[in-house]
Amino acid sequence: MNMKNQQVMNNQDILDLKAQKKANKIKNPKTDIVYFVICGLILFLLAVIIIYPLYYIIIASISDPDAVMTGEVWLYPIKLTFSGYGQLFKNSDIWRSYGNTILYTVLGTVFNVVLTIPAGWALSREYLPFRKLIMVLLIITMFFGGGLVPYIILCRSLGLYQNPLILIIGGGVSVYNVFMCKSFFTSNVPKEVLEAAEIDGAGEIRTFFDLVLPLAKSIISVMVLFYAVGHWNNYIDAYIFNIDQEFYPLQTVLNELLSVTKGGEGDVVLEQMRAATQIKFTSIIVATVPILILYPMIEKHFGQGVLVGSFK
Amino acid sequence: MGVDEVKENLPSIDEMTDEEYERMYDAVAEQKTGEAGVCTQSFVENKPLTKAERWKMNFKRRGWILLFIIPALIYVLIFCYGPMYGILIAFQDFMPGDEILGSNTLWVGWENFQTFFANPNFKDYFFNTFLLCIFGFIVGFPLPIIVALLLNSLPRPKIKKGLQILYYAPHFISLVVMVGMLKFIFGSDGLLDALSVKMGGDANGLQLFLKPGAFRPLFIFSGNWQDFGWSAIIYIAALAGVDPALHEAAKVDGASRFKRIFSVDLPAIAPTIIMLMILSVGNLMSCGYEKVLLMQTDGNLETSEILSTYVYKFGLMGGQYGVGTAAGLFNSVINVVLLIIANTVSKKLSGNSMW
Repeated sequence: MNMKNQQVMNNQDILDLKAQKKANKIKNPKTDIVYFVICGLILFLLAVIIIYPLYYIIIASISDPDAVMTGEVWLYPIKLTFSGYGQLFKNSDIWRSYGNTILYTVLGTVFNVVLTIPAGWALSREYLPFRKLIMVLLIITMFFGGGLVPYIILCRSLGLYQNPLILIIGGGVSVYNVFMCKSFFTSNVPKEVLEAAEIDGAGEIRTFFDLVLPLAKSIISVMVLFYAVGHWNNYIDAYIFNIDQEFYPLQTVLNELLSVTKGGEGDVVLEQMRAATQIKFTSIIVATVPILILYPMIEKHFGQGVLVGSFK
Repeated sequence: MGVDEVKENLPSIDEMTDEEYERMYDAVAEQKTGEAGVCTQSFVENKPLTKAERWKMNFKRRGWILLFIIPALIYVLIFCYGPMYGILIAFQDFMPGDEILGSNTLWVGWENFQTFFANPNFKDYFFNTFLLCIFGFIVGFPLPIIVALLLNSLPRPKIKKGLQILYYAPHFISLVVMVGMLKFIFGSDGLLDALSVKMGGDANGLQLFLKPGAFRPLFIFSGNWQDFGWSAIIYIAALAGVDPALHEAAKVDGASRFKRIFSVDLPAIAPTIIMLMILSVGNLMSCGYEKVLLMQTDGNLETSEILSTYVYKFGLMGGQYGVGTAAGLFNSVINVVLLIIANTVSKKLSGNSMW
């Protein structure tokens, strides 16, 4: 206990030396107020650290690029302009890839959920034949795998190389998510209901569709969020599988966009550089907004023991 | 003994030994006798089945449940176990387009491993991987715990909820965007450089992205920025399960809120902490290459080239499939060994283990 005590204090030390010094002084229970002030301060500081970069991107995207490049913009937008967004609308690469990503995300997520939810349900039933064997097979993959190169070679032999289909079916089953579903079903489907269904003569398939699925709304939405975010944010697979540029997803295009025109390239005309700077900021925003809209809608389901039970 | 009690003390019906099953059978029979006065005739006449018979009956009656797991299982067998078969490539002179087990497969034994270990930079890659992960662990492991403890001690649920939503949000931002933002702020031409030039610093700015010494701090800082809130979820949930009576009792004893963190909260989440620690130690050498690749510049290669980026660049893009597979296998094996060590140590010390 003492050692843990020490350890946590040390870490807090790193986090905020001042706060720690003050906190140490609290010996008297009546001075809880001091603790709460410090605690609030730390949490507030963390909130600022999270918000500021996001805020900076937003103000930079609507400021004059010259002001951004000279570091004048850091607290509020300067010389308000929306030309960055205008340019973005003209950039056909972005919009094509946006469409691609939406397609990959929707189809991919459906594929993921259709595989994951039933698997979680089956695993949560103790009468599942070969249950232990299946569990072991799945758990092994969480800690050991063939690695990147054999994976690519496998996909090549399945005809998925240079094939955009891989962006939909790649990463189809996350074993971690399957176990999350399993523990959700274990603790959230009342036994009595299932027993009643069995007595009524409902088979496995009917039980699942009529009884279990309606109860699984929150786990389904959490899975949709996790998988959808995974598809939406994936940039590397397009490189690994050597996908045609025409089929690039948004994040890959974004990566290309963000990594051009670094300091040294002298030939870049100033006007182009200004445009490039602006489009970087605006494209980041446009690429991130859908996720930041989806997330709070599903966030309320996080609390329902969904994420916790998975560690078993 | 009532049926429920017997049932509770027994494993699930499929895992029971025959003896246990008979015990339950007797208990059920007894209960039926008690209820109806006489035991139902048919129930007594049916002799207890053996384990194999029970399995068969269960399979006939409820075997359809397998349908639900089969698609996922097939997928895992193909896409997770398939590549494991591909590990054989590590022992071959493999060219793109070859069959893994064909008539003209060239077996080279440990040669690929030797090539990999003999690489003059091997040591650097190894230590870069190790240091990046270990520093990431030292900072990233306790931070969510501290945040969860602090959040949990907030007296107002509404503020707590609001902060939680905010803290989780960066987790969903993509790596490309994350690194893009990092460059806007810390990169050349970024905010920090512009400000430092304005303040009269070096005219070229700090150029942190070109400095090997800045790579790890930037990587770890941004990683934590993105995930400290998310990783705290599990601790927050564990803390929500703490019996408020414990806090009350400690209060009566005169413990301040700060003290109660150590006397009530921490012990309550200790098993969770240990479990997650085992998992993180198992992943100590498995930094993903996706983010590292995005943050790599010619300037910081000295610290930013790690095993997995080597596999990606040399093995995959460079077409050295055999060596790439060998390097990947080396990394995987280290992870498995670390996991086993962590699990064994934790079992010995605290009785907590994953298997």
